[in-house]
Amino acid sequence: MKYGVVIFPGSNCDRDTLYAIEHVMGEAVVPLWHKDRVLPSDLDCIILPGGFSYGDYLRPGAIARFSPIMQEVKRFADRGGYVLGICNGFQILTEAQLLPGALLQNASLRFICRSVFLRVETVDSPFTAAATTGQVLRIPIAHADGRYYIDPDGLKALEDGDQILFRYATPDGEITEAANPNGSLGNIAGIVNRHRNVCGMMPHPERAVEALLGSEDGKVVFESLRLFVQQQEYRQWEPLASQN
Amino acid sequence: MQQFAASVIVTLRQNIADVQGKTIEDGLHSLGFAQIRNVRVGKFFHFSVQAASEEEARQIVEQACVKLLANPVIEDFSISLTPEEAEVSEQ
Repeated sequence: MKYGVVIFPGSNCDRDTLYAIEHVMGEAVVPLWHKDRVLPSDLDCIILPGGFSYGDYLRPGAIARFSPIMQEVKRFADRGGYVLGICNGFQILTEAQLLPGALLQNASLRFICRSVFLRVETVDSPFTAAATTGQVLRIPIAHADGRYYIDPDGLKALEDGDQILFRYATPDGEITEAANPNGSLGNIAGIVNRHRNVCGMMPHPERAVEALLGSEDGKVVFESLRLFVQQQEYRQWEPLASQN
Repeated sequence: MQQFAASVIVTLRQNIADVQGKTIEDGLHSLGFAQIRNVRVGKFFHFSVQAASEEEARQIVEQACVKLLANPVIEDFSISLTPEEAEVSEQ
């Protein structure tokens, strides 16, 4: 399969992501520039990496959302292509309204950089298919604005649609307030859109792909994508005419 | 064509916890400002708008708020406009 990783001014996890995909996962990957108006025709998945695009000015992701490449990312998603937003990428996807809700300043007002535990809530997605439901992953977070918020109707729609992929949990997989690092509603750490081809998550799977880094649990996200791309029977969703 | 000075205030929706506002409120209380309540932190934008009428200017600023200055999912905005002379505008 082939990935593209978008580099915005201020992205700082693009190299880690390229490394994880190419050297650990052994997949093809190309860097994409925020000004690109044409995407390679053979991409399976586009990743919006972590960082501080446009210095987080105004709101995280608010400016990057208007980058020329985002038109193409939206078109790619509308066709059913897989899009994964990690950290700042998640913020960009919510600002672009490719994902519902928003990421607010952490309840503690602090930048938090540490490993957390995530419980996999559903394996019915191209981003979690290689995991097991209830599996606990140890993956780092590094953000100041990760408090997921959505209005009550939106939350109900997410729950009814089985769109919550990851929740912050204890090492035993319990969802507690103490295990919630940033005040996210319902401990939500990652979601997928209604059509299940666009995912946003605050934790950094690309930083947890080698034992040397303390955890290999992040690989499951890329292994899930590989399942979906390589095995046609996993492709349950038709290309889409419109999003949201 | 007229010119208007626009002021826009963007704040988190009332029902969303404003942790910065709460922290500042706690700070004010510890300084003895016990009378102060409900601190909300927001963003302030000031700019000039050229339009044929105040109504048109308001529409332009509203669009700017919805599209960029505010995130309608989490924020409210308020707009005030006052006529200004074009020559006075900065730069």
